[in-house]
Amino acid sequence: MAPHTHILLNRLVGFLGSALLLSSFAMLSMRRMSSLVRIFALQGLLLTLGTLSVAIVAGEPHLLFSALFTFIFKVLVLPIILFRLLERLRIRGEVEVLLNVPTTMVVGLFVVVFSFALASPISELASTVSRGLIGVGLAALLLSFLMMITRKKAITQVLGFLGMENALFFSAINATYGMPMVVELGVAFDVLVGTFVFGIFFFQIRETFESFDLKHMDNTQTE
Amino acid sequence: MALVFLILSPLAGALVLAFFGHKKVAPVLNILFSLLTFALSILLAGEVYRSGPRLALDEQIFADGLSSLFLVITGGVAATTSFFSFRYMAIESAHGHLSPERYRLYLALYQVFVLTMIVVLASNNLGLLWVSLEGATLATVLLVGWSRTPSAIKASWKYFILCGVGIAQALFGTILLYFASEKTLGPGGTALLWTHLAMVKSQLEPTVVGLAFVFFVVGYGTKVGLVPLHNWLPDAHAEGPTPISAVLSGLLLNVALYAILRVKVLADGALHSAMPSRLLIGFGLVSILLASISMWKRQDIKRLFAYSSIEHMGISTLAFGIGGPLATFAGLLHMTAHSLVKSAIFFVVGHIVQTSGSQKILSIREVAARTPGLSRALLAGGFAITGLPPFALFASEFLIVSEAAKRAPYTVPFLLLALFVTFGIVLFRILEMNGGGPPLETPVPPTPPLTFFPVWIHLGIALVLGLFFPTLLTSVYQNALLSLGAVHGG
Repeated sequence: MAPHTHILLNRLVGFLGSALLLSSFAMLSMRRMSSLVRIFALQGLLLTLGTLSVAIVAGEPHLLFSALFTFIFKVLVLPIILFRLLERLRIRGEVEVLLNVPTTMVVGLFVVVFSFALASPISELASTVSRGLIGVGLAALLLSFLMMITRKKAITQVLGFLGMENALFFSAINATYGMPMVVELGVAFDVLVGTFVFGIFFFQIRETFESFDLKHMDNTQTE
Repeated sequence: MALVFLILSPLAGALVLAFFGHKKVAPVLNILFSLLTFALSILLAGEVYRSGPRLALDEQIFADGLSSLFLVITGGVAATTSFFSFRYMAIESAHGHLSPERYRLYLALYQVFVLTMIVVLASNNLGLLWVSLEGATLATVLLVGWSRTPSAIKASWKYFILCGVGIAQALFGTILLYFASEKTLGPGGTALLWTHLAMVKSQLEPTVVGLAFVFFVVGYGTKVGLVPLHNWLPDAHAEGPTPISAVLSGLLLNVALYAILRVKVLADGALHSAMPSRLLIGFGLVSILLASISMWKRQDIKRLFAYSSIEHMGISTLAFGIGGPLATFAGLLHMTAHSLVKSAIFFVVGHIVQTSGSQKILSIREVAARTPGLSRALLAGGFAITGLPPFALFASEFLIVSEAAKRAPYTVPFLLLALFVTFGIVLFRILEMNGGGPPLETPVPPTPPLTFFPVWIHLGIALVLGLFFPTLLTSVYQNALLSLGAVHGG
């Protein structure tokens, strides 16, 4: 490969990493449920392109499979399932938040700084082309975590959960060019089964509480 | 060979019950498959005992002293619980709470749950270990929400989300570990195999492994129910059907702690510092204290014993944190005895709750009048779980306290305080339940014969382990200590 295309691709990897981080912030700030799912699909696409370019730059052919797999799974299958769920359950409208969006954003900024500080010793040890992006993966992980704890509705928590899985996958690609294939397949299988279980849950929650707002659930007396 | 068949047995069980679980014979099939799994686990333990660790399927699965010990416990408790769930579900369907379709789902998921736990214990690949531990959450999440009451759905949602978040941290730990090991073992399949990692553990990069270990403890610790990550545990135990509470408490928590033990061996080898041990001591101590305080005002009998599980898991974690052959041995013994006794207690409590229709201690005070056999079993279980001699928990707690006094003296006052508090609360509550209440208006139907034999088997083994420790078992535990790198055990 000519050196300048190599540099170009290397820059592309960096660009896709920052776009991924941006998409995590976008998920934090979205107010509409359907746009949230769209951002999730976009994040899947960024992940696919990121994996693809790392595969080409580093010459790791097995990452091409991962990229294909990510595309099918995270850009097509999961968003379609989620959209169908939104449709069948007639979920529309606004995301309800526990902490208002600007405050969440500021907290998110601190989270990013913290993750980069935590990841810098690991990045120094890494030998991959995209080692600078390990911090991005950790930041995206913690941002999804933040989304899970500041949102009220069951379905937003699920999207946070799936965002976490994206971030973990991204970290694995950047730190070690991905996990062994059998592990990656196993993880994907778990996520798929998990999404179905979430789906079953949504129907049970709606039947029982007639709402997806978790505050109805919190009001349930246990002890 | 037994190793592969041990995994195939629950897998076959899950498939068969997924298709025929609605038939009349299905509960019997469930028992038969569970007994087969148990027999295979004993066969495997025998093989490991005679001729050392076994490897199979391209080194992906293996069994050594430690895993075969836990495989036998898992197989055994799963088998006795299948007897209990036979009785429990028969009463449920007599009450009309159970359609054949739901029974089919229950039985299939029960076998899947056993399968995932066995794969965790037999997995040599730390990535597959993660996958199957997450699988165990997925299998039980629908079982916890079984009754579909609002509080049950809330409990299973909480379980799902909290354990999901926790286990994601453990995946990050796995990635970091792979990152560290890939440098010495090279990329590809072998870099996550425990047997390979254990050989090169001293060459692993300490900073990364240290960070990975923290993520592992937080992640798998959520499933162990370590405070402050324990929030799901009391709800899941209280709201799920009682056979599930018994296997969650007796088996799943053990299996998650087993995962932490495996990575601790690697972290100890790589770090040459006391950080992993201190982390476990800290988590253990906080869990013991908070659990014993939380038991104070519990009015719900299943919730009370759920907090007691957190406490006992904390004690074992503390023991492994203290380290050294004696404390590690005591930790393993404590996990074994806790599995047996806690599941026995849940069998008894399950029957009480089911026949009286309430979990509140105040409204089930007439146990002694209703079923004298039950109240005796509950009392015996209470003695065993609070660590009174001659039960095995006394032996393990005694060892842990004396080792703590030697190696980490600052933990002793807290440990003793918590032990006394829980002792008082549990016995007080049990006596309160046995102590009467309003006289019965309607005569109680007699309990069917052979309802409680699993209870007496479990308590009997706990008694034997506490009274005299057979020589055969001494070498079994020594083999387990060998896998943990604590050599001169016993």
